[in-house]
Amino acid sequence: MKILVPVKRVVDYNVKVRVKSDQTGVELAGVKMAMNPFDEIAVEEAVRLKEKGVVSEIVAISVGVTAAQETIRTALAMGADRGILVETDISPEPLAVAKILKALADREQPGLIILGKQAIDDDMIATGQMLAALLGWSQGTFASKIDIADGTATVTREVDGGLETVALTMPAIITADLRLNEPRYASLPNIMKARKKPIDIVKPADLGVDPSPRLTTLKVVEPPKRQAGKKVGSVAELVDKLRNEAKVI
Amino acid sequence: MTSLVLLDHEAGSIKQPARSAVAAAEKIGGDVHVLVVGENVGDAAAAAAKLPGVEKVLTADNAAYAHALAEPLAALLVALAPAYTHLLSASTATGKNVMPRVAALLDVQPISDVSEIIDADTFVRPIYAGNALATVRSADSKKVITVRAASFDPIASDGGSAPIEAAAAAEIPSLSRFLGAELSKSERPELTAARVVVSGGRGMQNGANFHLLDPIADKLGAAVGASRAAVDAGFVSNDHQVGQTGKIVAPDLYVAVGISGAIQHLAGMKDSKVIVAINKDEEAPIFQVADYGLVADLFVALPELRAELEKT
Repeated sequence: MKILVPVKRVVDYNVKVRVKSDQTGVELAGVKMAMNPFDEIAVEEAVRLKEKGVVSEIVAISVGVTAAQETIRTALAMGADRGILVETDISPEPLAVAKILKALADREQPGLIILGKQAIDDDMIATGQMLAALLGWSQGTFASKIDIADGTATVTREVDGGLETVALTMPAIITADLRLNEPRYASLPNIMKARKKPIDIVKPADLGVDPSPRLTTLKVVEPPKRQAGKKVGSVAELVDKLRNEAKVI
Repeated sequence: MTSLVLLDHEAGSIKQPARSAVAAAEKIGGDVHVLVVGENVGDAAAAAAKLPGVEKVLTADNAAYAHALAEPLAALLVALAPAYTHLLSASTATGKNVMPRVAALLDVQPISDVSEIIDADTFVRPIYAGNALATVRSADSKKVITVRAASFDPIASDGGSAPIEAAAAAEIPSLSRFLGAELSKSERPELTAARVVVSGGRGMQNGANFHLLDPIADKLGAAVGASRAAVDAGFVSNDHQVGQTGKIVAPDLYVAVGISGAIQHLAGMKDSKVIVAINKDEEAPIFQVADYGLVADLFVALPELRAELEKT
């Protein structure tokens, strides 16, 4: 079975983002970029499925600027077999990404696609579900456990009150939550090997997709800052303030 | 202009995040209809009919909807969509699972986790874990929206009397099956609906110590939350997690115990009305957002707090 794993190049999660003074977005110039952490979990899961013999080939896909090849190389170093970069300078929205991935799925015919549950830049939490809709496939979002057997993916999902388990008819879409696994670090030999693995480069137009956004960003601002309050000297003082000053208990 | 709000419901009542989503729909303007989907939804539909400002309650009662699977729910919403300009739900596990699927089927870019309604086409939403707020305008003819419940005061659960009508039956795709659920049992209020939240972090040191929070939570009628560090360390299960990758809460009182205040945690609780931090490290970033900070060893402070709360 072939598996596709889309990976997004985002601002590294350790970077404290700064809003640009002209309010057009956040500062990306000179900022460290990395693979979206939830996508790393998706790649790791795919590699584990390959190690178990469930998956025969892993294709890592990124939609974005030329430098997103580095993100694909990271996936290749973790164990993906080949890459596809869908090159565009537009920062594409989940709808466009889902259309691009659908076109690639039609071409590649995978049995499973695992994505991160959300990208930590736009926080849309949408691409996996949208791709499942366009393909007419089942979806198992926010997965913390995956079992593949007999044409069914059994997925344990993180829901508001705890966990829920669903059985998905395959082919299927799964989106990875934090607890699915802990991604490995690529070893130096594997990083070297990844340099020789192939990456195809295509354009959205080659796939018949117009990546133009549907949302116009009018402005991006910093959230209102909370004022630091006061220190209290004792538990008794704290309870007194909560009762008589804040009046919340 | 008419909005349709998919309501989260449980045991015959409408959950608080869903009432916040209705509040958001009312801010958009126009009529507001609500949709109650599930199996044996009579009580929930009756509860929905009482929501003030709601013009109509649609119901879809079918065993196939019992577990809110995304595929049948999305097909239903798509079938109902032609009558509506806006489709909304709260950013709950169900809303986040279903609404993007609906949007793709309608060829619409969803607008996730909306925290403010500017007008019928323009919305504010947090990006980068709440470190920035983006104002976006949608060019789509229909808007598909999930609502950050903590940003909208929920409408009252009583006062309206809307008519209840069964929605026309829609196609029910059978792509997935519900096998089971392990839901955390708790007598306490749900995190996203609680007036008070008491959360522990890595400073709690282990899962057993987390029970030090129980009597305080009981006394305050609070939900118990946790930081991602505490969840990752295995002290408590993930459904307790408050933060960008967990639950977003905005209670009247948030008590952070042994939590340093990582950005990802702050993103989940900084809209709380009053924040209390108890931490022995006076440099901890949590103190920069706390209204009341107590620099103290939590293992000393918690028993004292319990005793103080029990005084009256």
